[in-house]
Amino acid sequence: MELMFTESYHVARADYTSAGHASASIKRQLKQIGVGGDVLRRVAVASYEVELNLVIHSLGGDLTLNVYPDCVELISSDTGPGIPDLKLAMKEGYSTANEMARSLGFGAGMGLPNMKRNADEFDIKSTVGVGTTITMGFHLRGN
Amino acid sequence: MLVTELIPLIEAKNLTPAVPTDREVTCGYVCDLLSWVMSHGDSGMAWVTVQTHLNVIAVAVLSEMACVILPEGIDMEEESLKKAETEGMVVLQSPLSAFEICGRLAAKGVPGQN
Repeated sequence: MELMFTESYHVARADYTSAGHASASIKRQLKQIGVGGDVLRRVAVASYEVELNLVIHSLGGDLTLNVYPDCVELISSDTGPGIPDLKLAMKEGYSTANEMARSLGFGAGMGLPNMKRNADEFDIKSTVGVGTTITMGFHLRGN
Repeated sequence: MLVTELIPLIEAKNLTPAVPTDREVTCGYVCDLLSWVMSHGDSGMAWVTVQTHLNVIAVAVLSEMACVILPEGIDMEEESLKKAETEGMVVLQSPLSAFEICGRLAAKGVPGQN
């Protein structure tokens, strides 16, 4: 499949002030390309969730946007610490967010389930001590 | 209902006068857990929250909401208001409680979801 557009954004650990910058930029880029409606909203919500996860839980990582003729792909890749129990992490309401995140209104344990709900394809791989990679696909039918 | 009509209904002050208020409010919501709002937020939503930090604006913009409403005269940080104006998000400050704001919206037929 031909890659039409790609861009990567670095997301720093615990940088709550900049959280949302990558997602806003992704949304802008997709709008310019002509992606709109429901798909654009779902990508925006999922990218913000995954960006926040990088800020709250990871040691830092990268969020990559890939645009193909018939789908948008988001890949989040971090350098640790990794998730010990993926099944538990995917459960709604389960969260390991710290006090700082909770004081800002995050940490309801909705992030990963919400990404899965908004994406058409969702894959998560994690190794403790190495890192976590989340890949999400959004179909561009009729866009 | 337009945001313009919502303002007098909840006796609100518009904290972002530079942002157009001719947008449609299609549903309402009240919640202070941002991650919860991310999974339940919707376009055209009037969102009542006591949270005032920068991420509130990011959530509202990404969900394409109609406006953010701060109840009980709560002030928003200048930095957040600047971001709201840059991103085109309306922020209203109402002297009413969140309960009363939602009650008035519901009485005018604004539903809880689209």
